[in-house]
Amino acid sequence: MGDIFVIAEHRKGEVRDITFEMLQKAVALAQALSCNVTAVLLGGRNEPFADDLAKRADRVLVFEDERLKTYNSDLYVGILAALVQEHQPFLTLMGHTSWGMDYAPALAVRTGYPLATDASDILLEEGRPQVIRQMYSGKLFSRISFNPSPGYMVTVRPGAFKTDLANDKKGEVVPQSLPEGLQGRREFLAFEDTAAGDVDITQADLLVSVGRGVGEADNIATVKELADILGGTLSCSRPVVDKNWLPKFHQVGTSGKSVKPKVYLALGISGAFQHVAGITGADCVIAVNKDKKAPIFRVADYGIADDLFTVVAALKARAKGA
Amino acid sequence: MNIIVCVKRVPLTQEVDLEIDDTGKKIKEDALAYVINDWDNYAIEAAVQLQENLGGEVTAVTIGNEDDEEVLRRALAMGADRAIRIDPGDLTPDGYLNAKILAKTISDLDYDLIFTRVQSEDHNTGMVGIMLAEQLGLAHAAIVNSLEPEDGTVKVHVELEGGIDEVSRIQLPALLTIQTGINEPRYVSIMGIRKAKKKELKVVSLAELGFTPDDLTPQTFIEEVFLPPETDGAEMIEGSPAEMAETIIRIMGEKGVTV
Repeated sequence: MGDIFVIAEHRKGEVRDITFEMLQKAVALAQALSCNVTAVLLGGRNEPFADDLAKRADRVLVFEDERLKTYNSDLYVGILAALVQEHQPFLTLMGHTSWGMDYAPALAVRTGYPLATDASDILLEEGRPQVIRQMYSGKLFSRISFNPSPGYMVTVRPGAFKTDLANDKKGEVVPQSLPEGLQGRREFLAFEDTAAGDVDITQADLLVSVGRGVGEADNIATVKELADILGGTLSCSRPVVDKNWLPKFHQVGTSGKSVKPKVYLALGISGAFQHVAGITGADCVIAVNKDKKAPIFRVADYGIADDLFTVVAALKARAKGA
Repeated sequence: MNIIVCVKRVPLTQEVDLEIDDTGKKIKEDALAYVINDWDNYAIEAAVQLQENLGGEVTAVTIGNEDDEEVLRRALAMGADRAIRIDPGDLTPDGYLNAKILAKTISDLDYDLIFTRVQSEDHNTGMVGIMLAEQLGLAHAAIVNSLEPEDGTVKVHVELEGGIDEVSRIQLPALLTIQTGINEPRYVSIMGIRKAKKKELKVVSLAELGFTPDDLTPQTFIEEVFLPPETDGAEMIEGSPAEMAETIIRIMGEKGVTV
């Protein structure tokens, strides 16, 4: 049987957490399958990552090229397709991250291997992988099977697996040479910080956070007023920024900021995975949402299934009277 | 600049209790309202804005039944020039087959850019756009939240995790998956709807595209769907609004936030 391959992800000189999460799951699956775990690193010259990966994998294959210092679509797909064809890994794990979503589907098509995305768990059924994943923004789960193939590909949801096991492997680090004639049609220019702004939501003890449920731009003011009365900071979920109701520096979540307030008051926020990932550091989450089945209630400590404006008005009255 | 934009109709599931049907493999869809996939509004707007600024044609494409033409008519009303509906018949394509069917349809068309959603609101796989790019041999970028054509290339901002964008330049022709918030999608005007009625809406079958049933084997299968496992979940606060406010203030105090 082929190995389990884990494609490492790194940015600005650091290996991303998803890499270690995938490696831990890969080690567990490899034990069940009696196969090996291979970490694959595409990086610039003399990156310091390989040794860290070697503690968690039986082998690390390293491709070094200055063009790989940061992510590059064409090079990733070209290098990985050649590698997969040579080694025929049984299972290839990639992050369900911005970059993983950029190359995994292309790699699957080029190699002909089937792909399931955004796995929150990976099972083995009669020696073949199956994937548990969410649909409808977390309102439904599904179990996905694959058409039989020499190998399978899965992108893994960040945060789905832990990284708490001992890192006592001593994998061999094996330098690889790049396939000939790879051309990039996409040129990296720069990174840009889009979340800097007047308010630093990462330092607040109380975040009063507003989501799509606020309905329209004019209603933001009443929530801002509540935040001010309570001495808290106003934050929001993605749809509020998408609609230009608040600037991006207010946004909590995967593409915004991760926050760690003592209390996170979520008003009209449904609780999409991308949002919830940003509030795992909150000490206490209180959610208000009209939809009693909203996914936010599965992660909140306290919930109110009611109209957010009713609760906002009552809180204002209580705080003013206090 | 000729642009193709792929769109899709999805069930509206916010504030709706989903029920699983007898097959155990999908939800009961009959009672649900349907809307255009949220991401597609932004993709159409991005395409129409480029066409208005640079000229050229926008073609909207969907895979779906007659009811799904609603989203094509919406795209036409927003300013797309023509539309194509691919009728899948009895086939329920997975992400891979959706990409394969779209690729066959689009390969005969003239285009500089293809826009798709980052993902759909129903299955959330986020794979169709990039699979389509690869099937057509195109350069691509996923999760684009800003774009600007420049001399045979397009400069894009790709949204990464943690409030960071990657700025890149991509050679045309290219496929971009469009993120929400990239623009402010226009409202559909009465005038737009009237104009849309006169625009071409072509329907093609899988057979007309040259597919045989053997070509249409999915790569993945939904074995079952299930409602989220019951967890401990939130402790629900009940009572009158004043009582609920009192409880919230008390909890805040316990957590060290005093008002």
